[in-house]
Amino acid sequence: MSNRTDRGGLSRRGFLKGAGVAAATTALLDRSVEALAQENKESRSVVGPGAVAITLKVNGQHKDFQIEPSATLAEVLRVHADMTGTKIVCDRGSCSACTVWIDGKTVCSCMTLAMDARGREIKTIEGLAQGEHLHPVQEQFIEHDAMQCGFCTPGMIMSCANLLERNKQPTLDDVKQACSGNLCRCGTYPRVFEATLAAAKQMKGGNGNA
Amino acid sequence: MPDAQISDKSPAAAPVPEKPPIPQAAAPKSGGEKPETESNMYPVGIAGVDIHQSRRDVPEGEPPPLAINDQLKSIGKPTPRVDGRAKVTGAAKYTADVKLPGMLYARMLTSPHPHAKIKSIDTSAAEKAPGVKAIHLLDHTFGMAQEKGEEGNKYPLVRFAGQPFAAVAADTQQHADNAARMINVDYEILPFVTDIEKAKQNDAPLVFAGQAEQKGTAGGGGGPAGLSQSGNVRGPAKGGNKQDGGIDDAFKDADVVVETEYHTSVQTHCALETHGFVADWKPDLLTVWASTQGTGSVRDELAAVFNLPKSKVRVITEYMGGGFGAKFGASNPGVLATHLSKKAGAPVRLMCDRKEEHLGTGNRPSSNQKYKIGAKKDGKLVAIQCTNYGTAGVGTGAGATAVAQNIYPCPAIYTEDYDVFTHAGPAAAFRAPGHPQAAFGFEQSIDELAEKLGIDPLALREVIDQSEARSVERKIGAEKIGWSNRKPAGSDAGPVKRGIGMAQAIWYRSSNRDSHCEVRITQDGSVELLSGVQDIGSGIRTVLAQVVAEELGLKPSDITIKIGDTSYPNGPGSGGSVTTNSITPVARDAAWKVKQEMLKQIAPKLGARADDLTLADGKVASKSDPSKGMSFKAAAAKLDTEQIAARAQRVQDYPVTEDQQQQQPQLAEGGGQRRRGRRGAGSGGLGGVQFVQVAVDTDTGVIKVEKVVAVHDCGRPMNPLTLTSQINGGIIQGLSYALFENRILDRNTGLMVNPNLEQYKIAGAKEMPEIEPIVIEQYWGRSSTDAAGIGEPATVPTAAAIGNAVYNAIGVRVRQTPMTPAAVLAALAQKDSSNGRSA
Ligand code: FES
Ligand code: FES
Repeated sequence: MSNRTDRGGLSRRGFLKGAGVAAATTALLDRSVEALAQENKESRSVVGPGAVAITLKVNGQHKDFQIEPSATLAEVLRVHADMTGTKIVCDRGSCSACTVWIDGKTVCSCMTLAMDARGREIKTIEGLAQGEHLHPVQEQFIEHDAMQCGFCTPGMIMSCANLLERNKQPTLDDVKQACSGNLCRCGTYPRVFEATLAAAKQMKGGNGNA
Repeated sequence: MPDAQISDKSPAAAPVPEKPPIPQAAAPKSGGEKPETESNMYPVGIAGVDIHQSRRDVPEGEPPPLAINDQLKSIGKPTPRVDGRAKVTGAAKYTADVKLPGMLYARMLTSPHPHAKIKSIDTSAAEKAPGVKAIHLLDHTFGMAQEKGEEGNKYPLVRFAGQPFAAVAADTQQHADNAARMINVDYEILPFVTDIEKAKQNDAPLVFAGQAEQKGTAGGGGGPAGLSQSGNVRGPAKGGNKQDGGIDDAFKDADVVVETEYHTSVQTHCALETHGFVADWKPDLLTVWASTQGTGSVRDELAAVFNLPKSKVRVITEYMGGGFGAKFGASNPGVLATHLSKKAGAPVRLMCDRKEEHLGTGNRPSSNQKYKIGAKKDGKLVAIQCTNYGTAGVGTGAGATAVAQNIYPCPAIYTEDYDVFTHAGPAAAFRAPGHPQAAFGFEQSIDELAEKLGIDPLALREVIDQSEARSVERKIGAEKIGWSNRKPAGSDAGPVKRGIGMAQAIWYRSSNRDSHCEVRITQDGSVELLSGVQDIGSGIRTVLAQVVAEELGLKPSDITIKIGDTSYPNGPGSGGSVTTNSITPVARDAAWKVKQEMLKQIAPKLGARADDLTLADGKVASKSDPSKGMSFKAAAAKLDTEQIAARAQRVQDYPVTEDQQQQQPQLAEGGGQRRRGRRGAGSGGLGGVQFVQVAVDTDTGVIKVEKVVAVHDCGRPMNPLTLTSQINGGIIQGLSYALFENRILDRNTGLMVNPNLEQYKIAGAKEMPEIEPIVIEQYWGRSSTDAAGIGEPATVPTAAAIGNAVYNAIGVRVRQTPMTPAAVLAALAQKDSSNGRSA
């Protein structure tokens, strides 16, 4: 869980905890309840109810939104920004279909309040390719058929592409670890592994066949 | 990870003609006359083993026989998805992504009680809630068994927790969610039963007081109609050749008899995209975006419910996020979304949430299978008896005896399937309905028989199995997994024990005649195919492009495929692994017809005869005079009109003669096996054999599947790349079923305790074994492409093969799914204690 960014005052986890709802499984929490409570106390600025104006930097562009403070980043991307590449499957942090990058780290956007993404660099699946030029992971996903229905695919790609940012020579186990939170019901995992290793090779430096 | 191995060796025998013979009469005769047939030779057999030519009398107007794959340019070649780019960039629009101007968002209201009478519903507070535009109450619940005489009730009786009966549409999802909570329902709570053993007892609360029936779906859900019902138990549905008695006598001839018992738990589909619809009711046309496996089935159900002509209902499925059998028809969410749109005068999107998806949109029924199998000393089967009790909740169709009935011929077979109603969500078709559970019981029982006979499990199958395909598959798989090194059961020293096991699949090669395509060529050289068929992730969009490209001498990427829309010619529903078998011959027929028209128009302009022209490598060329020719694009520009088009419909499977059937029993109509599918165009058997290596930690009870070798047949393989993806998927779902999946209902509250994706565990990246999918190339000469499906056979034997491997590892049977660590330890403990006793 070390790569799940969750700084700032209004994390959805804090929100859920505060509301007394233990929706997130404890295994998913990377910090103690005390720490969260302390943090909430420190940043108790009152917003809402009702829409508030925020600006988010998505794929390098600043965008203004009027959102409920309780809105998740996933919801804002999909509904307000019309960027539906990011999928919502469980809406509670158990499938990683909603994976985006915040400040270069993967997060579940369904578990991140949009408010908490202010001032951060958000990257979504729509921003991974450079214009017409696909990211090597995207290219290799097509080449290796690392998709069936494709619903998990954006989240899968965001996890695997992020791995290659951090690790230029991943092993098969590294890839499995990187997408271990991404559920795929169609069973594309073996091809996801192949594609990601091939992408590492394509980006030079990967051994690609570990 | 190794890729598919599609045999690319030239067949050992029987040369295939360089160029397919041109049939004598190509153009169909005009009106009224009895359809003529023409006689052609078709390749038949397994590539690399034996391919010979076999005569078929086919309807006039069919394209010439297609050569085997290694002589083709597009068909049979690994081809990346034509929609791959849309999927990897997030551009692919699923129903959950559709956003129309003024669109409202809906939330269903579902029952929190497993059994209750709704006395009243007060929507007044919800109506006044912010943003609310419409509320609708259902007077009928779709997708479950119906009790006769209940139709007149104001509110449906609640029979499972999660049963939907109302929905709210509002300007935002949050407003809809809030308003749904503000609907006040007065329930009279009734006694319930969710435990199958309790439900069988005489004093159990009744799920249906009177006779209940559920219509089957296009995907194979629902059970047989008109069975007797006593209390909560419905059945038996009888099967086999000894339904009229005599099975007991048959066992007298047996030298060896095994009696076994296996249990499987309820599995939910867990498609990542939930069931969902966007309905846009307009006075002259109802347009619905649906996450469905059958655009036609959604149209048909909505037309019936809203009393509309089918021509006034348009259903669109451009992309859909998984179905696995549960997504046919409009069902409750589709009907509710449409009502709300009609009332609000605005488009409405209704996506189920994850909990609703687990509770009310379908599942694979449980099973409790008891077998008695008798055989001669040499292994020959003499009698098979199976009794199965399963629960499909408030649905029907918990049968799990199909494998025992159909996979191995046996002179005496008798099976009984009982549905036990419980207050739980209804089952739906689920990838090979009834078969993975049946294989789990039957294929392990066959291994038990082998052990008792002292015969190797593979050798026993050589004796009892007639399938030519499976025989070839066994040889390939045994070699790959290292069967010859297999050790005696439980013989590994140390706490972690390894084992190897195998199991076999049966499925049916069926198709749907309601399959139509249109192929168009336009003067600018562009080519498009139109059909209502939907791509549920199998890759049919890409396969259709390959087929048209093959016929027109173009590349798959040159073809625009427009599918998933009922305003195109009718497509088949994707259930029963029928899609490829149903629609690819039609695509080829239509492409071939439009090609004939094109050549006819171009010939005079080239000073050539039409039958002397071919389309290949993006060119039109004369066979006799290579100097005559031009590019496809230039030729298209010379068409007489802006566009030419041809339509085709699935013809019956090409008939085979009695002699041919005798040589190859699987060619027979039904192939000695069940005929399935709506308006089937013919059927036969499909096989598949899977080998598994596991490591079982006898201290912790954890099973790790280390390797799977899966050898399958599906007629002519069309796209080895997407095909093997589907095999991977079938194996992974089977592995997940075998080891993890269990819908757990609390028997005290009747509620599902794990309606999410963290406690309802499905296989993830860390549980992946090494998987080697292998496809053999088998020709039957039954259609213009000779293709069949793979989605279902690939998941049939996996759990059984894992079960057999676990036994080989630890020397004790784990007779249930999921084979959890606790179940493994319990089985080991039982063995220890019985060893202790006998010692
Ligand atoms: S949708 Fe965010 S983790 Fe599942
Ligand atoms: S491709 Fe369908 S869920 Fe992964």
